[in-house]
Amino acid sequence: MAKMNKNLSVKIGKIRMKNPVMVASGTFGYGKEYADLIDLKALGAIVTKTITLGPRIGNLTPRIAETASGMLNSIGLENDGVEAFIEEKLPFLRKIGIPVIVSIGAEDIVSFKKLAKRLDRAKGVSGIEVNISCPNLADYKTKKEKQAKLFSQDKRLAYKAIKAVRSATRLTIITKLTPNVTDITEIARAVKDAGSDAVSLVNTYMGMAVDTDTRRPMLGNVIGGLSGPAIKPMALKAVWDVYNSVDIPIIGMGGIMTPDDAIEFIICGSTAIALGTANFVYPDKSIEIIKDLGYYIKSNKLKDIRALRGSLSI
Amino acid sequence: MNRTRAKILSNERIMPDRFVMRLDAPSIAKSAKPGQFIMVKCNGGTEPLLRRPLSLHRIEKKRLSLLYQVVGGGTRILSKRKRREELDIIGPLGNGFNIDKSARLINILIGGGIGVAPLLALAEELKIRRLKTMVLIGAKTRSHLVGVEQFKALGIEVRIATEDGSKGYKGFATDLLKDEAIIGAYEPAMIYACGPKDMLMAAAGIARINSIECQVSFEERMACGTGVCLGCAVNTVKGIKMACKDGPVFNAEDIIWQK
Repeated sequence: MAKMNKNLSVKIGKIRMKNPVMVASGTFGYGKEYADLIDLKALGAIVTKTITLGPRIGNLTPRIAETASGMLNSIGLENDGVEAFIEEKLPFLRKIGIPVIVSIGAEDIVSFKKLAKRLDRAKGVSGIEVNISCPNLADYKTKKEKQAKLFSQDKRLAYKAIKAVRSATRLTIITKLTPNVTDITEIARAVKDAGSDAVSLVNTYMGMAVDTDTRRPMLGNVIGGLSGPAIKPMALKAVWDVYNSVDIPIIGMGGIMTPDDAIEFIICGSTAIALGTANFVYPDKSIEIIKDLGYYIKSNKLKDIRALRGSLSI
Repeated sequence: MNRTRAKILSNERIMPDRFVMRLDAPSIAKSAKPGQFIMVKCNGGTEPLLRRPLSLHRIEKKRLSLLYQVVGGGTRILSKRKRREELDIIGPLGNGFNIDKSARLINILIGGGIGVAPLLALAEELKIRRLKTMVLIGAKTRSHLVGVEQFKALGIEVRIATEDGSKGYKGFATDLLKDEAIIGAYEPAMIYACGPKDMLMAAAGIARINSIECQVSFEERMACGTGVCLGCAVNTVKGIKMACKDGPVFNAEDIIWQK
């Protein structure tokens, strides 16, 4: 088990974490799935799979396609809904003893508000990550729902969604943003103004892959979200951009596979970092990174992890 | 489920594009069941990034065998791994076959192509339990047939179908199943099928018409293999299920078949 090291502790909103290493939404289930493979209580925090108000069955298969140093997914927020989450998943999460951040998703502002209100009353929730950036809600196959714009692609919509969530809860709010925008800093500013305590940067980059034998898309829903090491340089730039222009804590993520990757994100301004796709490949990678961050602080004679944040020397 | 670095004992080419790899993996072998699989990291880098799901071809006390086909970059790298190297694996994963202990039952194993892989482990388990077993193997041509000798060595009756008729019956393994299903109509039987989706669907259809229980082992693209990413969805009458966690073995009658 990783030792408690107060040099690594960070704060996001009201959430105190013993280290800055989190596991990203949708890549760690509800904790229990990986309990055999890693010491869950060593993590800084856990972010759950995104839950919605009612159950969602998710998208058509195939939902996964591997690409160069990355993967596309179009899961489509499959989950059993908030009530099933509170009854079946939350009791286990609560017992781990680390901050539990519940990711919520919705297609309208009223549902976002209802979700926040419901979770505010649930015991054991430390914070809410508002997923206004899932690229897999629209039906790209039939185009029935058109190319629905994400809340996170419009600063006014983003503001409204977060304002509604803010009015429903006193829990820490983290907003997860899409990188599929012209200027991510204006979205970050909007959600800050609406009362978000932090931002998660970034959700997946929209992408495609094609089977040249059949000329069909590799994903059932045609378009999906790209994650993994392939997106890391772009994710890092998004963090650096926001860090330089908006005063809001950042949880950096996007292709982190190694301790060095994590350190890069902190140097570019992240208060905390999250592992996503890495969990699928190396479920215990976060623990290794926690240990290595401790060594890094020590060997670089830094006072604490906070001294590293935004320390990029240009 | 655990993660281990298993020593590669051998990695033998048995056909131009098929290999059998033997691993020393006591921590996984001790609890593994036929029909389960492991997630294999083919190399240490990020290309390919994801692990590959491979079913257990044989399960011994401390050892596991994998029978795999080179279908892409990951399995190509795997085929080049050498004896004494270590392979990063997670397992055992999935539910495995549900073995009916009744001695009255005849167990009919049907495998198409590389789908034969998990059936050898199953046949060995059925043999240990002294349960009546027969195997139907389908392949494109005679030279694509795998596992025939191993099944025969267990004293199990093997029937063969090749698409070009170069060995055994000319046609599909499911054509053979139609015959056996008639036997099954007199005698209680259990079908275990693994292979391409069309074959599974055909086997399920034959089983349904003849009122025989049938288990089908699915192959789906997976990212995590542990029920986390929700990538390997299978549509069933009991809702969306995950091939990695709820499967890979399903009751054929629960599947909502889609072309």
